[in-house]
Amino acid sequence: MSVNSQTADSGDRRQLWAKAPRLAAGAPRIVALALAAITGLLVLGPAASLIVIASGDSGDLWAHLIAHVIPDSLVETALLLAGVAALTTGIGVGAAWLISTFQFPGRAKLVWLLPLPLAIPTYIVAYVYVDILDTAGPVQTALRAAFGWQSPAEYWFPPIRSLGGAIGVIGFVLYPYVYLASRAMFQTQCTAYIEAARVLGARPVRLVRTITLPLARPAIAVGLALALMETLNDIGASEYLGVRTLTLSIFSTWLNRGNLTGAAQIASLMLLAVLALVALERYGRRRRGFAAPAQDSQLVTPIVLSGARGWLATLACVLPVTLGFFLPAGFLAWQVIERSLFAGFDKALLAHTLNTITYAAAATGIVLALGFGVVAALRWLPNAFIAACVNLAGIGYAMPGTVLALGMLTPLVALDDGINAVTRAVAGVGVGLLIAGSGAAVVIAYVVRFLAISVGFAQSGFARITTAFDDSARLLGAGPATVTRTLHIPLARPAIFGAALLIFVDCLKELPATLLLRPLNVETLSTYVYQFATRGSFEEGALAALMIVAVGVVPVVYMVRLADLSAEFASGAARMSA
Amino acid sequence: MTCTRLRVMIGSVVVLAFGLGGALAQSGEVNVYTYRESKLMAPLFEAFSQDTGLKVNVISASSGLEQRIRAEGANSPADVLLTVDIGRLEDAVRAGVTQPIRSDLLERVVEPRYRDPEGHWYGISMRARVVYASRERVAQDAITYEELADAKWKGRICIRSGQHNYNNALFAAAIAKLGAGTAADWLHGLKANLAQKPSGGDREQARDVAAGKCDLGIGNTYYWALMANANAAQKPWAQATKVILPTFKNGGTHVNLSGVILAKHAPNKANAMRLIEWLVGEKAQLMYADVNYEYPVRAGVAVNPTIASFGALNADPMPLSTIAEQRKAAADLVDQIGFDR
Repeated sequence: MSVNSQTADSGDRRQLWAKAPRLAAGAPRIVALALAAITGLLVLGPAASLIVIASGDSGDLWAHLIAHVIPDSLVETALLLAGVAALTTGIGVGAAWLISTFQFPGRAKLVWLLPLPLAIPTYIVAYVYVDILDTAGPVQTALRAAFGWQSPAEYWFPPIRSLGGAIGVIGFVLYPYVYLASRAMFQTQCTAYIEAARVLGARPVRLVRTITLPLARPAIAVGLALALMETLNDIGASEYLGVRTLTLSIFSTWLNRGNLTGAAQIASLMLLAVLALVALERYGRRRRGFAAPAQDSQLVTPIVLSGARGWLATLACVLPVTLGFFLPAGFLAWQVIERSLFAGFDKALLAHTLNTITYAAAATGIVLALGFGVVAALRWLPNAFIAACVNLAGIGYAMPGTVLALGMLTPLVALDDGINAVTRAVAGVGVGLLIAGSGAAVVIAYVVRFLAISVGFAQSGFARITTAFDDSARLLGAGPATVTRTLHIPLARPAIFGAALLIFVDCLKELPATLLLRPLNVETLSTYVYQFATRGSFEEGALAALMIVAVGVVPVVYMVRLADLSAEFASGAARMSA
Repeated sequence: MTCTRLRVMIGSVVVLAFGLGGALAQSGEVNVYTYRESKLMAPLFEAFSQDTGLKVNVISASSGLEQRIRAEGANSPADVLLTVDIGRLEDAVRAGVTQPIRSDLLERVVEPRYRDPEGHWYGISMRARVVYASRERVAQDAITYEELADAKWKGRICIRSGQHNYNNALFAAAIAKLGAGTAADWLHGLKANLAQKPSGGDREQARDVAAGKCDLGIGNTYYWALMANANAAQKPWAQATKVILPTFKNGGTHVNLSGVILAKHAPNKANAMRLIEWLVGEKAQLMYADVNYEYPVRAGVAVNPTIASFGALNADPMPLSTIAEQRKAAADLVDQIGFDR
């Protein structure tokens, strides 16, 4: 018998909301509505300007696309997404499950090593693997020398510049999205089901199939959706590896056909398709509750895997982090040494690092506050407007970064025009492009882009907190602020840390929107690295690329440790309250 | 009283904004939006500042800068836009973000085929789209673009995506030179000769030739020069190949332009004009040629020795604006014959 998530005591979400205490009129209600309105405006601004651009006449574009582009691109894009989905889910969920369920050699270190591939931009990893595995690379050169082959025609070697290569590269870099999302859930997994099933003799594999996975489904869906949107919107790695995705046709339409309208039309349709898929997944689990009974959300005692099985588990976790992180990072480090890049150290790099951290930290703070705030608002005030704003939050992530940046230009300048109108009226002088011409534009772009992560993690995190807590607290006279501070935030901490980590590191790596929106004379580490890559010598940017990694690794290690501590805290709190 | 205080407050915000923004019209500065990497341009701008005392503020990106200027409207800080491709120059004109550059000096120095008839853009430097041929396996030292479609090269040519703007411009030139029908046959022939599905960048094509995957790679002149002057790891790729400057049968070698436009609302127009004229001066042209391994647009300026080793450039006489008109047709053709498949 499978323990269906529906049997969790929370029951139907809609019932649960109906039972949830509503906010009375007054300040908290206004705060909740304001948070939702800001979220909605932020994501709708660029979407609306995209639609305005798309509403023009694109000429004969669509007949051409349907005849010559879409059939192949659609298949290639679908295969790429399917491959990346299989790889990231397999590795992400597998590793999170091993780490959460078992004790094996190296586990304590692997907990924080596994998310590390996050810290390297995907396109850089693609360049690295082409350098290593391509025909002229060290691997094939060594093979030719070893077997006495004179030319590549004499043997077959799996081509890295191919669909398969792209799936491998992207999959090994993006699995941490799924890993972090599912780990945050596994950590606070309800032990009663698991212990009960264990007592009844269920083997670990059966536990996974019948309990762990069904309960973690919302989290896995969030992580996977993020990884797939990232894949879909990638252009650097796909183009380089020769995969013709639909996103590339946006760019050839815009830049080669000079048809911005048509490009916006393709982008809008893809956006709709992505949103529809996400909605479909949500619809699929609409009647299920995923909250764990309060008294049981303590950490599962890990099963000790001894001997060969333990080492096998170690290997299963070491392999992805090696391929996704150690190998590419090691290659970059080797380039730094071989090219003695330290000798020609560009002092401006320090300023770039500071810019990068400032933008990323500011955006992370705002995104977390907004995302978790608006989801909390919905919990307190079930309301169609807030729900709509929450559901729209994914838009920024669902479009390619350059498209988002293009879409943000008009709303940002409109905001500036408003500011100028005010200052002219009051002080008689304009202030120019205060927002669009400053770092604020970059931070706002990050906020719009990464709201999806924050909202996604907040939703799956809050879904795990039973409303029985809220009810008890309210009965004892606690107000919304107190409940949020003392209950929701501590209990959602693993989700908050997971989200903070992903957002911060994603901001560090973000390239297309930063490129187009940053102010004069400002570089971030990722725009700096990109300058070398476009000149066909990304190795020269290895030092800056490693600095992205270094800046990214610190929060990865720190957050994962905090998340582990807070998971213990959350389970402790749950036990006490019981 | 309150009103005064409010005014003081807003006044100080305004003052602060001037400090923060830094992107506003100020004398002694010029704001440059560039598609050429700002790091590469840095030595030139430093030299310009030394010569003129003007400070250059820079932002570089790979696409969308003309759209940014358009959206910024009258408040745009952009004075000058530098591009690395004829396509972006035409896009800027079409986006309505340019104004005619009026300069006797520029008209004298820049040949008509390398500038817009109305003066909305001027070329500054050029690169040629050429063949990297295997020294070991290719005997001939001259080739035509038409010959790349000859069956004798079957399975021996490597090239990046046909939708990349470098190839887009080359194929547009083929359409402009040969006519749509002949150009389509030619592209079919080229496609049939490819050793593998188009991917990678220009550098990878030289690398594939060096590794024996193919015998001819298509790429820009400066990529080869960068490899030839790079570290030990890349040098062998250049050494295994030789650069042949192909020509059209009825013309010369296809070149693409790095060019400049003057922004419509340029807040520092006088300074911008000084920069633009300085960029076609002998000193800047020499630096351009050396730093970027490009061909100077100004006659009589020496090219870098690596570039000179390819032999004399016989650039195709067709105006680049005529070639740019065929960009869409070239993009469509690439899709129609499944060039990237």
